[in-house]
Order: sequence, then structure tokens, then C-alpha cells
Amino acid sequence: MILVTVGTDKPFDRMMKVVDRWAAERGRKDVFAQIGEGGWEPQHMPFVNFFEPVEFKQRFAAANLIIGHAGMGTILSALLHGKPILVMPKLARLGEHRNEHQTATAKRMMELGNVNVAFDEVEMFAKLDLLDSLQAKAPIHPHASGSLVEGIRNFIWHGKETPS
Amino acid sequence: MSRTKPKVLAIASGGGHWVQLLRLRPAFEGCELVFATAKEGYRADAGDAEFRVIFDANRSSKIGLLKCAWSVFKLLRTERPDVVISTGAAPGFFALKMGKMMGFRTIWLDSIANAEELSMSGAQAGASADLWLTQWPHLAREGGPTCMGNVL
Repeated sequence: MILVTVGTDKPFDRMMKVVDRWAAERGRKDVFAQIGEGGWEPQHMPFVNFFEPVEFKQRFAAANLIIGHAGMGTILSALLHGKPILVMPKLARLGEHRNEHQTATAKRMMELGNVNVAFDEVEMFAKLDLLDSLQAKAPIHPHASGSLVEGIRNFIWHGKETPS
Repeated sequence: MSRTKPKVLAIASGGGHWVQLLRLRPAFEGCELVFATAKEGYRADAGDAEFRVIFDANRSSKIGLLKCAWSVFKLLRTERPDVVISTGAAPGFFALKMGKMMGFRTIWLDSIANAEELSMSGAQAGASADLWLTQWPHLAREGGPTCMGNVL
């Protein structure tokens, strides 16, 4: 099952329309979408507006592939579950988000590896054709580690970033 | 420190901010921990920590922001933590602003999603943060946030 998700925020019709067209043209019956409140309703794949957090996790766990906007909730959930993910950044200038951070987020996450990015509809359609070749990655550890955790811990206990 | 165990209030809106906050869990080991976020459905994520629901909003709704600020204020007044920590967005901004005024120590960890510039809430909350963190080394600066790593 391929899970398409826009997360907890606004709908992302531009992405949903490409995926819907792709599902129709390729005859894919294994795509399920979460479209957000008031989103454009796909014609060729089943969908819901929202998942409750518990159902969101179940859907994620059951999916082979994740397609989503370039939001960190979606990206981190895919990395946690060890699922291959293809994202398309929302553009604030098209009214899809409140600020223009998703393109930068997507580029940086792509550089770190593990995240596949399509920057527009044409690239999205082309990369959808390559979806089945995306390899599942090993899940990341459920928690952060290292200097960030230590630094916060030291601040909580000792009031400074490094141990006394 | 008056208590033997510091009390930490970890607060964020739902979605990506919440997922990042949860990843910091090992940093709170041994503390009295209260999580707060936007939806009852996230309760299971808190595990054996306390869990509270606050009203979430964003800057598209002024009334929403007022309701959010009020619910965060009530939470702070009830919990009176030693440390308030947030990854964003609006509830975290209010928690840091008001928490600082109420004399609690504050930590802001800007979302990893903000790879090009600090978030609007982050840039504004930073002034109220005793520990102001970005997850991107290139955004760290003198008089601004420091970088100690990221939630990955």
C-alpha cells in the first residue's frame, strides 16, 4: 500500500492531483490518501480528510511507501518506521503554506539521505514511476542522542550546557 | 534548585513539532515530566509521563491565538515547572514568553524544518529562551541561537 499524506496542516491539492492522475494512468489500486480538511477530492484513489494520531501511526506502519508534503512530521514518521519516502515541498507563494520553508527543508533532508524529493508536478509524476525501486531504509532510533540530548539534560539539571 | 527532581514542561503543537519534542525524551530522564500538545489522540505518545491538552492555533486566527495563550497560561499556573521546553510553534512561543515572566527557566529548540532561517515563532521566542537552540550549524550566531546537534 502507498500512503499519500498532507499531515495535520492545510490540503495540498497540487500534489494530490498528480498522484491521482498517476494512479489512474498506471492503473494503481494500492494508493490511499489523506487529503486534509477541504482538500480536492481524488477521483482514482480512496481517501480520508484526517487521521487521528493513532490511526496515522497504524497507516504508516502498514504502508510500503510514503508520499507526502515536505513536513517534518511526515518525514520523521517515515524515517522512524523505516519507510521509503517521496516528498514535494509546499509553496507559500501558491498559498499552500504560511511560509516558504519547505523547499529548503526538502533540499537539506535530501542531502542527509533517506528522503526523495520532487520539486514540481512534472518531477513528481516521473519519480512516481520509480517508486517501486525505492529501498526501505533501516528505521532511525526512536530517540535523539548525543550532544543535543546531553546539552539539554545538563541545562535542566545544572543550568548550563556543559556539566560542572 | 528547590526540588530534588526538576519538573519539566515539554510543550508543542501537533504534527512535526510534537514528533521532534518526543525525540528529546532521554534528555528528561529522571525529571518529573509533563507533556502538553494539541490533541487528546497524542496521549499514548507520552507513555508514563503526565499529559495535558492545550488549545493550538496559528497566526491565521487572532481569536485562536488568544485562546491558545490563555490555555498555556492556565497550564503554566497549574504546573509551575522548573523548566519549560518547546520545539514550536504558537503554544511554545506563549509558553516561553509567559514562562520566562513567571520565573521558570526556558529552552527553545527551533524545528529542524527551519533550515534556511529561524521560524517566526522561534525568532521571537528566542529572546525569552535561557537556552536558545537551532538544529542547523549555519543558523547559529553570536547573540542568537547555538547549535548542539539535531533530533535525528
